[in-house]
Amino acid sequence: MSSCSTPKKLWDFHGGIHPEQNKLQSTMEPSARARMPAKLILPLHQHIGAAAEPIVEVGERVFKGQKIASADGYVSASVHAPTSGKVIDIAEYPIPHPSGLNALSIVIETDGHDEWIEYRPEQDYTETNPSRLRNIIREAGIVGLGGAGFPSFIKLNPGSQKKIKTLILNGVECEPYITCDDMLMREDPQSIIAGALIMRHALQAEESVIAIEDNKPEAYESVCKAAEGIDGLRVVLVPTRYPQGSEKQLIQVITGKEVPSNGLALSIGVVCHNVSTAAAIYRAIHLGQPLVSRLITITGAAVKRPRNLEVLFGTPIEELLQQCDVASDQIERLVMGGPMMGFALHDTSLPVIKTTNCIIAATHKELGLEQPVMPCIRCGACADVCPVKLLPQQLYWHSRAKEFDKAQEYDLFDCIECGCCSYVCPSNIPLVQFYRFAKGAIWTQEQELKKSDQARERHEFRQMRIEREKREREAKRAKKRAPRAKRTATAKAPSVDGAKMAEKMRDEAMSQRDSAVDARKAEIQAAVARVQAKKKSAAPKTEKAAPITPAPSDVPAKSDVDKKNDSPAASDNHEQVQ
Amino acid sequence: MLTSILALSALALVFGLILGFAAIRFKIEGDPLVEQIDAQLPQTQCGQCGFPGCRPYAEAIAAEEAEINQCPPGGEATIHALADLLDLEPLPLNPDNGAESAKTVAFIDEQTCIGCTLCIQACPVDAILGAAKQMHTIIESECTGCDLCLPPCPVDCIEMIEIKKDMLTWKWPYPQKPVPDSRPEASV
Repeated sequence: MSSCSTPKKLWDFHGGIHPEQNKLQSTMEPSARARMPAKLILPLHQHIGAAAEPIVEVGERVFKGQKIASADGYVSASVHAPTSGKVIDIAEYPIPHPSGLNALSIVIETDGHDEWIEYRPEQDYTETNPSRLRNIIREAGIVGLGGAGFPSFIKLNPGSQKKIKTLILNGVECEPYITCDDMLMREDPQSIIAGALIMRHALQAEESVIAIEDNKPEAYESVCKAAEGIDGLRVVLVPTRYPQGSEKQLIQVITGKEVPSNGLALSIGVVCHNVSTAAAIYRAIHLGQPLVSRLITITGAAVKRPRNLEVLFGTPIEELLQQCDVASDQIERLVMGGPMMGFALHDTSLPVIKTTNCIIAATHKELGLEQPVMPCIRCGACADVCPVKLLPQQLYWHSRAKEFDKAQEYDLFDCIECGCCSYVCPSNIPLVQFYRFAKGAIWTQEQELKKSDQARERHEFRQMRIEREKREREAKRAKKRAPRAKRTATAKAPSVDGAKMAEKMRDEAMSQRDSAVDARKAEIQAAVARVQAKKKSAAPKTEKAAPITPAPSDVPAKSDVDKKNDSPAASDNHEQVQ
Repeated sequence: MLTSILALSALALVFGLILGFAAIRFKIEGDPLVEQIDAQLPQTQCGQCGFPGCRPYAEAIAAEEAEINQCPPGGEATIHALADLLDLEPLPLNPDNGAESAKTVAFIDEQTCIGCTLCIQACPVDAILGAAKQMHTIIESECTGCDLCLPPCPVDCIEMIEIKKDMLTWKWPYPQKPVPDSRPEASV
């Protein structure tokens, strides 16, 4: 029994749109391998999470599949050399990103041999424990190839408690123009199925579903044929609608469950992966090959031979445009990704990265006249198409006015930025741009608040510490003062007036011992004696040393001691500060 | 007549007791307004406002001894937040206190540093690590970019570096194409 014939109920999601498909152009001919470029530019940040750390040096020879940058932290992905060659530079290069910023990249000069590093396939994945499988997938640098680029191994970890009910393989590819998943499903369904089985094993999922939109009948046929006879694997044809390929919407269509706001699909026992990711996982486990290339759709009205190419990461876009006969002078806008969620590129020398699924070279005619932006007329068309059932209009007002707390009250962060609202807006308001701006501004504010709280805490702690140190110093000084007062006085007295004083002291000591009263009384006596001695000794000293020493005053012993005591204390103080 | 007087007096007594109890039980320690103002300030502790730190400035604002436009690191955003909080008109940043500039962090040229510890004593948030006659370094994540470590350095080995935007800190800008309001603003 074919797994395709199994009928099963499908659910629905709110809103959605039916934009012009424009998929036919790029599926006219089979996919091919792109020519090897002379130079590959590999940004170290091709995924969600932290950038990878380079582990090769300039001048080093690398083989195809050799790890050249290592994942830095948990949410990160390694980068591998897409072909053999020499590392010629590790520096900042422009990257394909809406910011147009530069980022650290490794540049490899290809040698044309395409020589693989020695790799070892896993003998039998069903014998391998899921944790090891995840590790291999992590080492292979595999990220979600649907466009987001989230490290795949994280989404293959069900956690200790959670039981995964459904694994969904996303072959929906709902965005116009893009056909790379379509072609992969048509041409290489075996890899996808094999990858799906590995994922199922890693997740210990109960059932697996491959979802394909009904505008891809060839892909559906092909996958069905490959999936025949496999238990617990269904291939489902879903009615075409944008943005069905969005994870949350697809989960809703397949399982009828809604992913909670601020929650993960995992929390409702569902995991969703792209079909291309499945194929990449198959290659990593069965062949031992890391992720070094992918299928990319090169299309748009300026492309004379639109098609899908298997491209090594780091290949400059201009090389691909050349291979598809692009009329460069006709390109009005170069877009990476789809027309709904992609972003414009300003340079054809930018490299393709792991998340690049499509390049559209659009002509002026294709884009149509740029419509002027007009005021919102509160028609509510945006709310009708919003797949998350938000109120785009309210979000727009508040984001525009920078009233971020109010925008958050309207669940700004549940927006998936699909662009349906902007698409239907009769006033051509770039709604999603406002939401993106507001989200970014809120994140920045939160970060700044965190930083200022941290600074406040540190500042207050510092003040407390300075205060405490001051108190401690004072306490120390007071403690020092008491015994030293005694010592200095006793030590000083004999030195000033030799024998007489010594006698006196001896007498005192004798009397102390003789009387053997309590220590307190003796101390008082001693103190009195000392003061007397001091007074006596001060008198002869004045006569003798009047010209040199400063005029003696009737200073009580204590203040003298204080002065002596103060200077070391002060120097102590100084040292401490230093 | 008498009953009503008695009843009212009894009520007055009861409510008086409740209020008296509440006044003691729910007494608020300190000035909550100062806390609220302080929470809006950027906590750079730079002293550009003319007060020795953010909290003293917050206290001065609460006591109406200072204007809300004296904080250059906070800039316009802070002024607006304070204006909202205190129900005042937002003022432009006072140029006497300095201008709003890009966020920076201090960087110590470790080759030149002589280990004098003067900057460590100046740093309001303990973001400099080092000891006497040992090289010092900035803990970048803690540095508020207040510039207070610059003047005490006898060898001028500290410089302020602008924080570079990278892919992780980059955020979408405000949409460039202005959307017209539903009607033109009325002229005054």
